[in-house]
This record gives sequence, structure tokens and C-alpha cells, in this order.
Amino acid sequence: MNALAPIADWFRHLNATTGINFTVFYDPFDATRFVHGLWVTIELSVVTIIASVLVGVIGAWGQGVKSAWVRGVTWSYVELFRNTPPLVQIYFFFFGLSAVLPHTHNGFGMAQPLIGGFAWASISLALYAGSFNVEIFRSGIEAIPHSMLEAAEALGYTRRQTYLNVILPLGLRICLPALTNNLVNLIKTTTLAYAIAVPELLYVSNQIWSDAENVPEMMILLFIIYIILVGILVALMHWWERSLRRPGLGT
Amino acid sequence: MADALLTIENLHKRFGDVEVIKGVSLQVPKGDVACIIGPSGSGKSTLIRCVNALVPFEQGSVKVLGIEVNDPKLDKLKLRRHVGMVFQQYNLFPHRTALQNVMMAPMQVLKRPRAEVEAEAHALLKKVRLENKAHAYPGELSGGQQQRVAIARSLAMRPDLMLFDEVTAALDPETVGEVLITIRQLAEEGMTCVLVTHEMNFAREVANEVYFTDRGVIVEHAPPAQFFGNPQDERTKTFLSQVL
Repeated sequence: MNALAPIADWFRHLNATTGINFTVFYDPFDATRFVHGLWVTIELSVVTIIASVLVGVIGAWGQGVKSAWVRGVTWSYVELFRNTPPLVQIYFFFFGLSAVLPHTHNGFGMAQPLIGGFAWASISLALYAGSFNVEIFRSGIEAIPHSMLEAAEALGYTRRQTYLNVILPLGLRICLPALTNNLVNLIKTTTLAYAIAVPELLYVSNQIWSDAENVPEMMILLFIIYIILVGILVALMHWWERSLRRPGLGT
Repeated sequence: MADALLTIENLHKRFGDVEVIKGVSLQVPKGDVACIIGPSGSGKSTLIRCVNALVPFEQGSVKVLGIEVNDPKLDKLKLRRHVGMVFQQYNLFPHRTALQNVMMAPMQVLKRPRAEVEAEAHALLKKVRLENKAHAYPGELSGGQQQRVAIARSLAMRPDLMLFDEVTAALDPETVGEVLITIRQLAEEGMTCVLVTHEMNFAREVANEVYFTDRGVIVEHAPPAQFFGNPQDERTKTFLSQVL
């Protein structure tokens, strides 16, 4: 904390002289709340990014199987989650579905849902972004020339082997730019978890500005932090894209 | 020809209402080279796709080494281990190097050990005179080079029969020769080959039997000297006068 003392002093001075009040940089209580909120946002982003990509891969597979039943379920899922507002989806899970699921009792004897706010937000956001990922992966798969699959088939590949060794690596390269867009959107959409009291960045910022009455300062801070978070994701995705690049394949 | 490696009997194939193959029969003995020629749309490519079960057919029989292709319980992997295929558009996997393209199927389909497969892949690339391009990606190779890698990739499965579907049709004229040399070399080593081709001179020099197809039937077939020297059917004569 000593190393940060000059910074704290500077922001305290800034507040005293100009009234511009960044409490999170000098007030330990606000700083702790804010860092915790940032951490929850990062956790929520990482969990939902991984889960939504898995949902996308499984869904894209489900759209191509022989069973009409599996294809029907996949299609219904995509249509439902792609075409309804994500906030409504979060409310549906947290208030609708959670209410009909069994509850346990906590130490104070009060009813406590089995699945908490963070978990519901993760599930809901992963399904929301996953529905877009299904379509993104499908478009990548459909862009692979049929002759490529015929070549794999002629070499004795099974459907599963073709999917893993030809379709997935080629399709991924085609759809990475679209995937990056969707995941950027997902990070921004994690702020909707605010609505079910998940203490993520926007939620804790609201708590802080309610106490310190520094809404403009907190808003500026939120903008900067989301730009940095999204910037990190985009940089990682571009690095991945470059590492998958092959001569004569794509751009 | 009881010991024919490939036997096709009365094969019929339709796409919807259009019957593209109307009762084709042929036999290819082990070690022979059969060339199938004919105008576009005569069902040549469909015919050889029936041989390795890439295209299902309604009626007739195709037997490769005694394996009946028109069997609902056909083990496709077993069939395709015996039958290699090379395509007009090469169809190499663009995200893998030439060497990896050759190694993929033996390792992933046949589950053979890497060291053994890699040694064999290098030998195969040397055979098609591309050992110096082992680590190049398909996008860095010319059409003729890609097609030779595709031949090596098929050979890595150690097939008994090779199918060539107009493999020089997409190539620049100056690279056609290098691919034909490779196929000729295979034929001389005793590989059984079925080629769909427009290369009449090549058919004349390498084939044991030439088949002329038109509108889904084999109009005429004969050894090349007789086929090109003294064609019998009017349609064959007309076709040859146009292409030679």
C-alpha cells in the first residue's frame, strides 16, 4: 500500500482542490469494493466466453446431425436465445426458473436458492452468446468447400474424424473475426448481471457513487476499464488469428 | 478375367429423375491401367465415385478385391483402405504442410505410429520429386506440385487401386507433364489405376484398355492401339476427330 501512497495522495489532493473525486484511488474501502467488482467482471467474462464457445461448437455439431430431433432442439434454442433480449433472459432464469427450483436454508433459517446470482448470470449469458456462436460456427463450416470433405471421406475419415481434423480447424479460421465481435459484445453484456445484484463492475460502481456522489468520475473510470478489458480480448484474438494463418488460406 | 481387381456389373445411377449411368459393366485386372474418356456429362466422374462409395447407386454391383460396394452393411473404411482417389482440384488440406497432408490419414485413420509414417511420407514425397517441399503449405505450391502431393497422400494409405478424376484438367499445360510422369511411374510399378482423363496421348501410351462413355453407357472399349487406330462406333469416331 505504501508504494501506492503517492497516487492516493495525489487523488486526495485533486479532490480537495478541484472537487474531482476518484474515491477508489485513495479510499481503501471503495478501492476494495471496486477491485472486487473488477474481479467479478473478469471471472464472469472468462467463464461465459469459454462456455459460450463450447455451446457454439456443440450447437454447430447439433445442427448437422442426422437426428431431426437433435436438429429441432438446436434450432429452437438458437431462435429463442438469439431473438429475445438478454436482460429478459437473465430475469427469466433468476426470477422465473429459480423460483420453481428447490431451495435450501441458510444459517439464518432463510430460504436460499440452489443456484446464486453469479451462476445464473453465467448460464444465461453463456446461452445468449452461445446462440450467436452456433450461427457463427455454422457459417464457417458451410464456407468449407464440399470437395474438401469428399477428400477426407475418400481417405477413410469417419464423420467425427473429419469434424475434428478438417472442419473444425478450417471453419475456425473462417469465422474467427465474427467470433471476436461476438465475444467483445459478451464482455460488454456482462454488465446486465447488475440487474440481478451480481456485484460486478457496474454494480459496485453504483454502490460507490451512491455513497460518494461521484457519478461522472465513476462513469469515466468504467469507460476506461471496459476499453482496456475489450482491448485485451481483441489483442488475444488477433494473436490467435495470426498464429493460425497459413499461406494461401484466407487473408 | 476371374482375378479382376475391380469388377463393375450393370451399374445404374440416377440423380433425381436423371439417370446418369445406364448399365455400365467393366473389369480391371490387377496391375492394369483403365482410361475412361468421353464428353462432359457422360457420367465418368460419377462412375469412379461409385467405386469408393463416395456416391451411392441404386442398381448393379461394384466389387473391389471381392468387397461388394453396393452392400448396406459395407465397411467403408475397409473399402477405402484399398482405394485411393485423386481429384481434379487436388483438395489438399490447406492448413497442413505437404508432409502433414501425407501423414494425416495413416496416423489418424490407420493409427500407425508417427515415426514410421513420417519416414514413409518423406519417401513418398521423394517419389513424386517434392522432398524439398515437405514443409511448404499447399498455398505455396503450384497446381502440379499440389497434385503430386495429393497423389503421395493417397499412396500413403497403401491402396491396391488408384482412382484419378481428371487430375490434370485444372493444371497449366506446362505442369500437366510432371503429374502424368508420376502416374506413369505408378503404372509401371504395377499399381492398378482407373483414370478419367482428357489426355488422349497419355491414354494411348499408358492404358491397357480404353473406355469411351457417352450419355451414361460405355459405347466402345478396346486396347489403345485398336481403340485409337480403328474405332468402330460412329460416336467414338466423331469424338476422337474432335479431340485429336
